Amino acid sequence: MSIKDLFGQDLEVINLGLKSFHSDLKTQGVKSVHVNWKPKAGGKKNMLNLLSKINKVKKL
Amino acid sequence: MSLQTIVKRNAYYDSVTLMVITRELQKLDGVEDVLVGMGTELNLDMAKDLGLAEGELDTLTANDLFIAAKIDEAQVSMQEIEEAFNDLLNKKTESDDEDYNPPSLSSAIQSMPGANIVLVSVPGQYAASEVDEALEAGLHVMLFSDNVSVEEELRLKQKAVEKGLLMMGPDCGTAIINGIPLCFANAVRRGKIGVVGASGTGTQEVTVQVHKLGEGLSQVIGTGGRDLKEQIGGLMMIQAFESLIADPETEVVVLISKPPDASVAEKIYAIAKNSPKPVVIDFIGGDRTAIEAVGAIPCISLEDAAQKAVKVLKGQEFKDFAGFSLPEEEITEMVERELAKLSSDQTELRAFFTGGTLADEAMKILGQNYQIYSNIPLSPELAIENLPEGRGHICVDLGEDQFTRGRPHPMIDPQTRTDFFKSHVDEQTAIILVDVVLGFGSHKDPAGAVADSVREIRQQLSKKGRDVVVIASVCGTDLDSQDLNKSVASLEAEGILVMPSNAQATRLTDRIMQRMVKGV
Repeated sequence: MSIKDLFGQDLEVINLGLKSFHSDLKTQGVKSVHVNWKPKAGGKKNMLNLLSKINKVKKL
Repeated sequence: MSLQTIVKRNAYYDSVTLMVITRELQKLDGVEDVLVGMGTELNLDMAKDLGLAEGELDTLTANDLFIAAKIDEAQVSMQEIEEAFNDLLNKKTESDDEDYNPPSLSSAIQSMPGANIVLVSVPGQYAASEVDEALEAGLHVMLFSDNVSVEEELRLKQKAVEKGLLMMGPDCGTAIINGIPLCFANAVRRGKIGVVGASGTGTQEVTVQVHKLGEGLSQVIGTGGRDLKEQIGGLMMIQAFESLIADPETEVVVLISKPPDASVAEKIYAIAKNSPKPVVIDFIGGDRTAIEAVGAIPCISLEDAAQKAVKVLKGQEFKDFAGFSLPEEEITEMVERELAKLSSDQTELRAFFTGGTLADEAMKILGQNYQIYSNIPLSPELAIENLPEGRGHICVDLGEDQFTRGRPHPMIDPQTRTDFFKSHVDEQTAIILVDVVLGFGSHKDPAGAVADSVREIRQQLSKKGRDVVVIASVCGTDLDSQDLNKSVASLEAEGILVMPSNAQATRLTDRIMQRMVKGV
């Protein structure tokens, strides 16, 4: 979606991280989904690298 | 004292929640020190630094939560600490909605097919891959997280430009898209002035001043602080600038940043030169002649930028605003009244800022006449470590990394500044200068916290027969939940001089300091 299109639409937000940002949007009546996010692969660097390689292969 | 640890595996909570809880647990009787965090490298290092690391912590992952505490078991048990933790956590989450929370970005995209923007505030080391996924899906991004490398930033912004998307950040704290404030932003009316800002509180100050002048904002787009460095090349400022030029709702464009690298400035000036819409530029302390040469409007402060944008919009004449909103006689009277409070050996300034750009602007104004030592100094010799025998004028940006390690940003939690009032104000302090930033994301009553600190410090100083001058500005509006008028009233009730902008608060400080030094 282009920036021009974004400017013409109601915001629909996906929030990853601090939940207060999602709560602030909800109180303003903005459509927002908060992701129950946690680091992939327990945040372990070697596992993350491996995951990223697998994803690249998948895309190919 | 004994060192004890509780571990909860596979229990993820965001860092701000855990930092606020840590601070509350620290207040419990019998707790000498405590740290609550996820098992990230950073948190585990911090536990070691604090002497709170023991055995089991080595086995944690970033998805495991730990509570490590040094306690006096005669006063408090680890079980009581855990109960207090659970209570605090429940209090934080009880107001949360019962909506579906998808477990990943991809599932969120599936559950919200109309999604158009993704806010990312996860720890920096995990942020880039999430942003990548959002851009791949054709979504605009606001990246609040810091600790994202320049290389990653460049790659993500190149991808965004290629796809015609916004990638605001990293370390982007404020934006207002289609009238909706995102992250740290003030509630302002909609209007015809568009802003692109590379500095968070600088952008907030401009939007607030536009609102106070009765006008409004079409779009406010953040870029992140490094965007105008040569390595990034201003990719997002250019993208956002061009989008505002094309936006039919925007009639005047304002650009806010610290001075860009020369090669980037050239690109921005080239666009400004061909812009069919007026362009107001505040490259705080930047090259005025170069801005004028391309037909854009240079500014001398954030407030000046807002005033010029509003005047241009209304087709009115404008000139630099370097004065005060109040009549000169009132300012002179104010200066004399405040000076009468001080003894002759009270000479020093203590400026405690929560907004980095506001601190920078204050130093640029005061630095013309005084040596101001700071953790974000105007020149390296003015680094706070070089303060001669601990005496001199100090301006501190309390939002810098050194003060936010393991602590929430002072705009969220005023405790860091409360501590600074206690540790950095003494009998030689003449003036205290502060900012009070309202809006979404900020503390629920930052003015109240400043008022409490001032009351306390005045009580301390009065025992030594001293008083102190306190000057503040409030970056906020009547529409913010903290309410500008209520905030101003609570500051004024403590005898704090509240000025209508950061620039005016700093100028009043300058006026009093000049009168102290020169006696004129």
